[in-house]
Amino acid sequence: MSGDLRDLYQEVVLEHSKRPRNYRAMPDATSTAQGFNPLCGDQLNLYVKVEGDVVKEVSFVGQGCAISRASASLLTGAVKDKTKEEALRLFEKVHLLVTEGPSKVSPEEVGKLAVLSGVSEFPARVKCASLAWHTLKAALEGQTSVSTE
Amino acid sequence: MSGELAARLRKDFPILHQEVRGRPLVYLDNAATTQKPRQVIEAISRYYETENANVHRGVHALSERATASYEGARAKVRRFLNAAGDREIVFVRGTTEAINLVAQTFGRSRLGAGDAVLITAMEHHSNIVPWQLVCAERGARLKVAPIDERGDLRLDELEKMLTPEVKLVSLVHVSNALGTINPVKQVVRMAHARGIPVLVDGAQAVSHQPVDVRDLDADFYAISGHKMFGPTGIGALYGRAELMETLPPYMGGGDMILSVTFEKTLYNRLPYRFEAGTPDIAGAIGLGAAVDYLEAAGRPAIAAAEHELLEYAVPALQSVPGLKLIGTPRERASVLSFILRDGEIHPHDIGTVLDQEGIAIRTGHHCAQPLMQVFGVAATARASVALYNTREEIDLLVKGLHRVLEVLG
Repeated sequence: MSGDLRDLYQEVVLEHSKRPRNYRAMPDATSTAQGFNPLCGDQLNLYVKVEGDVVKEVSFVGQGCAISRASASLLTGAVKDKTKEEALRLFEKVHLLVTEGPSKVSPEEVGKLAVLSGVSEFPARVKCASLAWHTLKAALEGQTSVSTE
Repeated sequence: MSGELAARLRKDFPILHQEVRGRPLVYLDNAATTQKPRQVIEAISRYYETENANVHRGVHALSERATASYEGARAKVRRFLNAAGDREIVFVRGTTEAINLVAQTFGRSRLGAGDAVLITAMEHHSNIVPWQLVCAERGARLKVAPIDERGDLRLDELEKMLTPEVKLVSLVHVSNALGTINPVKQVVRMAHARGIPVLVDGAQAVSHQPVDVRDLDADFYAISGHKMFGPTGIGALYGRAELMETLPPYMGGGDMILSVTFEKTLYNRLPYRFEAGTPDIAGAIGLGAAVDYLEAAGRPAIAAAEHELLEYAVPALQSVPGLKLIGTPRERASVLSFILRDGEIHPHDIGTVLDQEGIAIRTGHHCAQPLMQVFGVAATARASVALYNTREEIDLLVKGLHRVLEVLG
């Protein structure tokens, strides 16, 4: 595999895309939002359960490419038990990571999500990686739908 | 032989002779837009370098020359479609604007409460949304003729749907998402037998096969320059003169009037009534050059070569493990839509890996989301060929798809 492709489709990314974590609807969610990527028709429903100020659980269902599924799957683990504010801060870091690359974000700041750094070499795929995160932000801010366009 | 024609014609396309990501460019996204031959690029440059002036206004030499070139382009498009007269050719921005023009003139003046417009399940968004807009305004509704599992139109069902409330049939000639060539002539005959006019979206058809609007007996026929080796931003609407004469204006402005007072305006004759404002003069001239190019290459020869290339490409693609073609119509032009492993490998990922190999295809819903729903897929990968594509490029695509399986398997 050429260097760039190996960075994009890291083992962890492929594994999460094939077996996404927390891939289910959540009937008792405290908020939900729908994310659309009108360019390609990708769509996901994100479910969030917030108690007090803490994100207790996140799940999703939807259609998308390997990058968007892996990113959504990783998100559900990454924001669990974080405060809303911490989750939104992580969104900013991930956005920086997938647009600017690993040099702008230290590994400790993003943990496992560092596997998404390869996306920065593929500008056409940034929207795939950030769809779930935009949708999370919408859900936490009380909007019901968001579009990456 | 297909190979010989493509090998000769591709020399005319400067953009094809480059490397992308270190590999020779393999351009298989022709249904999105085609590349431009040197002849078209030069015609546009020549116009700006030697003739640029506004049309239909000036008494000076440049304006006369610009007008002659602009009207010359109209005559070329008229011959290309075999329309009866130049006044039946209206220059527009493209197929989308052509359909919107008909929706806003014919639709708004002819549709009433309870009326209907009949389209098909394989339409592009540009032949769905303009009708939804006008139907909502007029209290009319949209009816959708179904397709079968191969991606062919259900003619029997379509005929049953031609009920008295249907005031217009609007359908695509060649599907941009499946490649299906629709039996337009038959549909027109069925509709006309009930006095219903027909609009044909010819965006994907004209670069692949000869089109004769009088033989088809279409009432409206819409084309885009950029999908037939011409520039973007220009297209044409053919409209049967007797019908066009009865329609209200589309946009108001200069060029579409005979005289204006604050009390009353008299509208210009066809086709100028539908061309308000300074038109895309250079674009029209570029489109005329594209028509010349296609006629010199010979549309029957292009169609035969492309047919041969598709006959080669279909089994070649089907040899890729897990590849399923979406759309296996009886008659196909240009387009090969497919998924891998029932969509488990998403088309976007296919597109990214192929791009690393210098291969350009389209991935997504192809502006035909309702059609994707019919086939139960969210998106497909689409390779679409044009007159300059070769068997070697199909081989590279197949090789690239094996690479996709290796990377994403």
